[in-house]
Amino acid sequence: MAKKIKAPKHVPHKRENIESEYVLETRNLGISFGGLKAVQDVNLKIKKNQVYGLIGPNGAGKTTVFNLLTGVYQPTTGSFYLNGEDLTGLSQEKINRKGFARTFQNIRLFNNMTVVRNVMVGLSNQPEYKCTLFESIFRLPRHFIAERKMRKRAKELLDIFGLLDERNNLACNLPYGKQRKLEIARALATNPKLLLLDEPAAGMNPNETEDLVNTIKYICENFDMTILLIEHDMKFVSGLCDQITVLNFGTVLAEGDTKEALNNPEVIKAYIGG
Amino acid sequence: MNKKEKFFSVMKKVGTGAQKFSKNYLNYTVILAVMLVFTIFALATPMKDSTALLFQKITVAVILAVSLNFVVGFLGELSLGHAGFMAVGAFLGGKLSTILVNALGANSTNIFILILSLVLGAVCAAVCGVVVGFAALRLRGDYLAIVTLAFGEIVRVVFINSSYDNAINKINATKLPEFIKNFFAKILELLDFGGALGLQSPSFPKKKMYILVIIGFLLILFTLFVIQNILKSKTGRAITAIRDNEIAAKAMGIDVTKHKLMVFVISAAFAGMAGVLFSYANKPVSASSFGYNYSIEILIMVVLGGMGSINGSIISASLITILNEFLSKKLTGDNAIYKDLFYAVILILVIIYNNAPALKNLREKLNLKNLVGKLFNKIFKRKPNPSSVASDAARWDVVPTKIEMNEVLSTDVVIDYTGENSADIDERGGSDNGKEN
Amino acid sequence: MDLLTIIINGLSIGGIYAMIALGYTMVYGIAKMLNFAHGDIIMVGAYTVVLLFTTSPTVGIISALVLCVLVGIIVEKAAYRPLRGASPLAVLITAIGVSKLLQSAAQIFIGSEPKGLTLNLGEIRLGSLHISVLTLLTILISVAVMAGLTLFVKYTKMGRAMVAVSEDRGAAQLMGINVNSVITVTFIIGSALAALAGVFLLFKSQSVDSTFGAMPGIKAFAAAVIGGIGSIPGAMVGGVVLGFIEAIFAATPLRDYVDAIEFAILIIVLLVKPTGILGKKRREKV
Repeated sequence: MAKKIKAPKHVPHKRENIESEYVLETRNLGISFGGLKAVQDVNLKIKKNQVYGLIGPNGAGKTTVFNLLTGVYQPTTGSFYLNGEDLTGLSQEKINRKGFARTFQNIRLFNNMTVVRNVMVGLSNQPEYKCTLFESIFRLPRHFIAERKMRKRAKELLDIFGLLDERNNLACNLPYGKQRKLEIARALATNPKLLLLDEPAAGMNPNETEDLVNTIKYICENFDMTILLIEHDMKFVSGLCDQITVLNFGTVLAEGDTKEALNNPEVIKAYIGG
Repeated sequence: MNKKEKFFSVMKKVGTGAQKFSKNYLNYTVILAVMLVFTIFALATPMKDSTALLFQKITVAVILAVSLNFVVGFLGELSLGHAGFMAVGAFLGGKLSTILVNALGANSTNIFILILSLVLGAVCAAVCGVVVGFAALRLRGDYLAIVTLAFGEIVRVVFINSSYDNAINKINATKLPEFIKNFFAKILELLDFGGALGLQSPSFPKKKMYILVIIGFLLILFTLFVIQNILKSKTGRAITAIRDNEIAAKAMGIDVTKHKLMVFVISAAFAGMAGVLFSYANKPVSASSFGYNYSIEILIMVVLGGMGSINGSIISASLITILNEFLSKKLTGDNAIYKDLFYAVILILVIIYNNAPALKNLREKLNLKNLVGKLFNKIFKRKPNPSSVASDAARWDVVPTKIEMNEVLSTDVVIDYTGENSADIDERGGSDNGKEN
Repeated sequence: MDLLTIIINGLSIGGIYAMIALGYTMVYGIAKMLNFAHGDIIMVGAYTVVLLFTTSPTVGIISALVLCVLVGIIVEKAAYRPLRGASPLAVLITAIGVSKLLQSAAQIFIGSEPKGLTLNLGEIRLGSLHISVLTLLTILISVAVMAGLTLFVKYTKMGRAMVAVSEDRGAAQLMGINVNSVITVTFIIGSALAALAGVFLLFKSQSVDSTFGAMPGIKAFAAAVIGGIGSIPGAMVGGVVLGFIEAIFAATPLRDYVDAIEFAILIIVLLVKPTGILGKKRREKV
């Protein structure tokens, strides 16, 4: 029966928490721009300590999913949950404070700030470094204590990524690979429960990529971290991710264990064409 | 350790200590010193009226420039309405002092009244700062610049038409009942800012002007204390993070709304205080002094002193005010206009010299800091410090890159600011910079 | 004042604002800069007419056009072109400097005394309505100019190149469009429109001084923003809207506050619909 197609009216989502064993669970997540359905019906289920891959050809909507999950866009359908807590419709900074931290496809560092300050920005919202503006202006003891602790923590993080020696350089003067690492370090500084990496290995040479694989594994083990990443480098993905979701034209093409999903004929067809 | 080595190690320690001191306390010390010298001179010898007045202008200019730099250099938003905030402070603070002086029969030099009106001026300007700050949440770049300009013009137009006589005539011409007319008359009396003639605020007599200058110096110290301490804290890092990359700042959990509003409010409050100081030195306070031209004049001070450099703002505000005074003495009558021409040419040349992509090599060749650094390294045979080479901080007025044209309309067009404008902001002035172990 | 007078006044003021706003909007759309000195080009035009009008009105108006176009080209080449690719804030501040430079140069060459000129072309009577011929002429010529400009942008090669550059400068360059010459042409058209606006403003206010163009310039920019900056029909709509606001409030006791009201409307429009009435919204890509 022919139905009149109406543009979906945006109804504000009512947040409801659910019981979930997953760190990240999305239910029918989707967004349309005008009439274009950029992403629809994405159902991700990511377990704790998992490295989960999100792959797909160019324009498949991977970064859009990231933007949905971090509050840059508000989803038009569906919802997503962090450990069962509904985060749909929250603003970017609130989502970050709840426990999502991301990096960007085109690096977005605070270029005119030093490396250590970049990381310290990420630390600002942690409760253990709390100090009010009043305390900062009048230099009360808590300001100095918080600053000292923050600097110490920032240096620890930089050390993990081998950036300690560069800490007083401006972020824009770092070489490309180190900028990528700094972005991850900065994201980790916000103490997330889920780390979203948007093409972390893009533009890296094989040595740098291998180095990155080891760093990500290290983070997973030592920070008790769950990671969702977008990547084009299949070697990278199969070396790191235990499960993946393949997107194409905004819909899920295949999902499951990495090997199986990559060998799915649909996926091969989408990548190679034909 | 032989003598020479010992000498060098001591020198190095002194050097680092001096560096730390100069980073944190130098400007306080210098201003305090200038203030003390000024006080001694003012008390010891009869000071020329014009000298005291010049210093008074300098204190106002410095407060304005530093507070504007907080918005332009550190938050990265262009404000063309700073004179508007100042006008709000000048008129409302000035009105309060007028009322209090008349009501209490006090002397116009009453410090208590001055402080009260400073507070009121700051609060009122801060309220306007909230309004403009809300615009800053939705708009960026040129759009915000235009809104701030519009705000300044609105303030000017409102105050210039705020004359009791005009309004009362209009109300008396209506057929309202008498008691309502009286009620309006009472309100209008409160809202009478003198219109085009200006507000007859209490002002310091010329002989006592030095007291106002000292208060001005204290206010500069207060301004520096607040703004520098904010900048050297996590709030300051958040503000500069918003300037450098708003999207990334949001993704790091920074509340952009709160910080932007805060910067506008604080900056406006200080401009309001400067306005109150102005109202105490100029009688009558005329709304035409706070036009868009005055905002531009403050902006010129900030640009020439270096966006994102507090010390630069202090120096350039002082020098430009002195130069203004000097030129307006030398160039009388019709020649006075050469002063404007001079500033316009200097402004254009400085901006082109510091920003033109084609002149990059020339700039690097003539970079003062590099030259001094090379000389220093030659004398002390130090290895060049990679981070100081990288910082290249002497390009003092290269503009931060936040203001993207067409930002509201922009798609994914990436404006390329590669390296060109990047390594210049006084970011390293923060407490966590320099050498640390 | 009756309704019809207000409408006609609104149209004539709006026409002038629209002509200035077109210059702003085209430069903004194509060179991606806010040309703060645009208002002062108006002043240059008005001065030229005042000084040469007694010799011959035609010579005055033509030389105003020529001089304004020349000033526009020189300003673009000397001050703005070296900064292409630099931070937009730097360009904006330079434009502010150029504006000051033109104002002070005018004062030095011509003096700070306002120059006056009165022109009366008589008026047309329609019943009780008196309309000055000058007002009608203003409306007619501004409508003609806008129509011409729309056709130019739509149907000439240069016009289409302008649209292309405003959409995506990089892509246009790759398609073989000479961006520099497109920008120069934009400045030429903008300056010529400013000269025309200057002439009509002069006839309206009957005197000119060095800051003659500053306020109309800022207001016309407000008009361009209200209409949606970068959009040619938007500039026209914005100009006419502003003209009507001015004409309406000039007829009320609030006439002293008309500038404040216009700017307040600008702020409200920007806060409610930041892209203006006819502007397109685009998103920044993350």
